[in-house]
Parts: sequence; C-alpha cells; structure tokens
Amino acid sequence: MSAAPITGGDVPALPRGVRLQFNQVRGQWFLQGPERVFEPDEIAVEILKRIDGVRTVDAIARELAVEFAAPEAEIAVDVAAFVAELLAIRMLERREAGP
Amino acid sequence: MKTPPPAPPVALLAELTHRCVLKCPYCSNPLELERRSAELDTATWLRVIDEAAALGVLQISFSGGEPMLRPDIAALVARAVERGLYTNLITSGVGFSPEALERVAQAGLDHVQLSVQGVEDAAADHVAGHGGSAAQKRRLAAEIARLGLRLTVNAVVHRGNVDQIPALVRMAEDWGAARVEIAHVQYYGWAVANRGRLMPTRVQVDQAIADLASERARTAGRLVIDAVTPDYYASYPKPCMGGWGAQNINVTPSGRALPCHAAETIPHLVFDNVRDRPLAEIWRDSAAFNAYRGTDWMAEPCRSCERRERDFGGCRCQALLFAGNAAATDPACSLSPLHDTLLAVAQRDSAPDGGAYAYRGYARP
Repeated sequence: MSAAPITGGDVPALPRGVRLQFNQVRGQWFLQGPERVFEPDEIAVEILKRIDGVRTVDAIARELAVEFAAPEAEIAVDVAAFVAELLAIRMLERREAGP
Repeated sequence: MKTPPPAPPVALLAELTHRCVLKCPYCSNPLELERRSAELDTATWLRVIDEAAALGVLQISFSGGEPMLRPDIAALVARAVERGLYTNLITSGVGFSPEALERVAQAGLDHVQLSVQGVEDAAADHVAGHGGSAAQKRRLAAEIARLGLRLTVNAVVHRGNVDQIPALVRMAEDWGAARVEIAHVQYYGWAVANRGRLMPTRVQVDQAIADLASERARTAGRLVIDAVTPDYYASYPKPCMGGWGAQNINVTPSGRALPCHAAETIPHLVFDNVRDRPLAEIWRDSAAFNAYRGTDWMAEPCRSCERRERDFGGCRCQALLFAGNAAATDPACSLSPLHDTLLAVAQRDSAPDGGAYAYRGYARP
C-alpha cells in the first residue's frame, strides 16, 4: 500500500468488504466497511457512484463538472481530497490504471 | 405522552451458538452457556435476518461461540447478503477446517474478524485453554488472504499480554489485515470471575495507550487501529452500545433479544424471544429495550450532566455490578460516588499472582 499523493490519473475502487448501497427502508445511501457506517452527503454519493475501478480521478471530476455545471479544476481538487481521505482509512483502494 | 418510535437499529449481533472449543477466561458469553439443543433452527434465523433487513438494520455480525460450527452458516450469510446487509463473521478460527470458509466467502461474506490471544503460540494457547489454537489461527489467516476477504485481527488484551501491542499489530500486518482491534477486557461474566488474573496495572495501561498511539502513527494509511478502552482506569465511562436500545440488537443462540450481550446479568429485566415476537415489535415495545432508552431513566449525577447524550451514563451492567442498581451512574465515571471503589478493585486485582484461570465452560466457576 503506497502513501503516494493522489493524482488525476489514479483509479480508485471500492475494495471487497466495502459497500455503497441505497437502503430502501431508511431511504438513504450508506458507505459501509468493517465496523464503519458512513452517511455520505449528496456530493459524496455522486463521487462514490462513479468510483468503479475503471474511471480515473480526472474522469470522475470531468463528469461531475458537466453534470453540475461547475469548474472542473475545482472539482478535481475536491475529488482528489475525498479519495485520499477514504484511501487512508482503507475504505478505497488504488487500482492500476488500464492501458 | 406517547414517545416517538425509536430509530431503527444499525447492527444485529447474531450469536448463532455458544459452542466453542476455546475456553478464554474473558469470554463475553454468559456464565450459563446455552446448549446446542436450545439453539434456533435455520428457518428461524432466516426469518430473523429478513425481519432485521425490513427493520432497517445495516450490518449483521455472525458470532458465537464459534459461528463456523453451525452447518448452516453459509446459508445464513447468503440470505443476509441477498437482503442487502453488510455481513461480518466473528470467528476464533478454531474447531473447523480453514477450507470451510470458502463456501461462506462464496455466499458473499464482506468481512472476517479473527481473534488472537497473543503473539507467542504457547502463551496464546494457554489463554485460549486449547493446544494448537494459535497455529490454526495462522492457517485460517492464510486462507482469508487467499480468498481475498477483508480481515480484522481482534486482540483482547489483559495483564498477561498487554505488553505485546506493537507485536500484535505487526502480526496483523503480516497476515494482511486492514484493521486491528485492540480490546481491553471488559469485566462482565467470565471476566469478573477472572478479574484477579486479567486486570492490568495502571503502568501497563499507560504504556498500552502510548503503544497504541505510536502504532497508529507507524501504520497510518495502511491500517485502521480501533481500541476498546480499559474503563476501570478511565475518568469518564464508555458510551456503552452507543446508548441502550439505540443502535444494537443482540440475539442469543436460543433467540432471546438483548440490548447488549451482557444484559442478562441484570436480573429484573425480562427478554422477549424472536420465536414469539417479530424483531420490529421487540425493538419498539419490549420492556427490556425501553428500560434504559433515552435519558428519562437517569438519576443524578447523570440526569443534569452535559455528557448524558455523549456517554449515556456508561454501562448499565457495570452500574448493577457495583451499585446494585442498573440505573445508577457507571462507576467508571469520576462523578460516580463509587468511582474510588472501582479504582480500588482495579488496584487490588492488578496485583501479581492471581492464581490459575477459571476457564469458560459449561460448568460455572
């Protein structure tokens, strides 16, 4: 596990044992891991839904910039910070970027 | 005035069985262990899992005893996964073949928590009261890694092994764990019977806190280290269960629904059984769950305390044990009139040479 800083080319993924799910009974999204239940806010949910082990941090930021008509550079910083925070607590992992 | 219904529980602890080949002297199971003949059948557990999901439960922990001793464990995990629950297996790693885990993994298990008793085999086996257990745990850890399952290593620490925290964390790293739980013994049931052999000294506890901090710094970004604190030496009590009847529901092997695994030590409480009542009804209406829910039951100093919504007056079972009244302030709190008594017990029981362990078993100590 490398502690290198997040770059736009990094590919985050949900590891086995971490789940993003919409709970019908409670009517909200949860990110869960061992002894951890997070209640992501709307923006976090939009980021998490795009974390699939294929899209890069830049690609996720690009999509969100289009969808929410916001400046891409700003969003890229937020996405990278969000990914770094979850990587540090093993709620995300880094995948090798595809060819 | 009618109180609003409680928010749904976050987690269900499914104690599938009290059977376990290990005899750890701090076991959280009650002194009166339930026998195999009293255990819920598969159909009832499947219904309980369905009811838990419908109630809004998010995580289920299959525990025991040793849950892998239940032949239906993979079927129960599969149902929980199907219902969208996050699934944890809380295992000793002993008493079954490591290969048996593959079926449970294939059922969709999210996470395994494997307990260890120490870093040296002979000493660990002595605590577990079972020869060869440490070696079997290593084999299971290798199988967990092969299956790619998320692993937590849980180490219960006490006077005999609390000095090994850095070595325990390194062992967990070697095994590929993503998370470590360093849990100081909590003194209920078996652990009370063994308190004179388990209680760490103040010096050990201070060293343990320092070790934990340096291990967290050393492994930051690689490992999550959670700790269960040694509350006999604390200034404020633990927020036990995140509040009584607030987040957790525990179902015993025979189906009794409890607000916490030690709740049966409170003699006047009457517990409903999942055989007789749906889980949602028990959660909402059962007298045991409502007994210490919220803050209305509190007396002083809790009642007017600014921390009352933070630590919920601490632990009801510990209050009963020391005050003879489960509604009293947990004596782990420095505001409790019994706090000095608790500290004196800790000091007395941390003295060396406490004799031999009273091992967990079907005969009471």
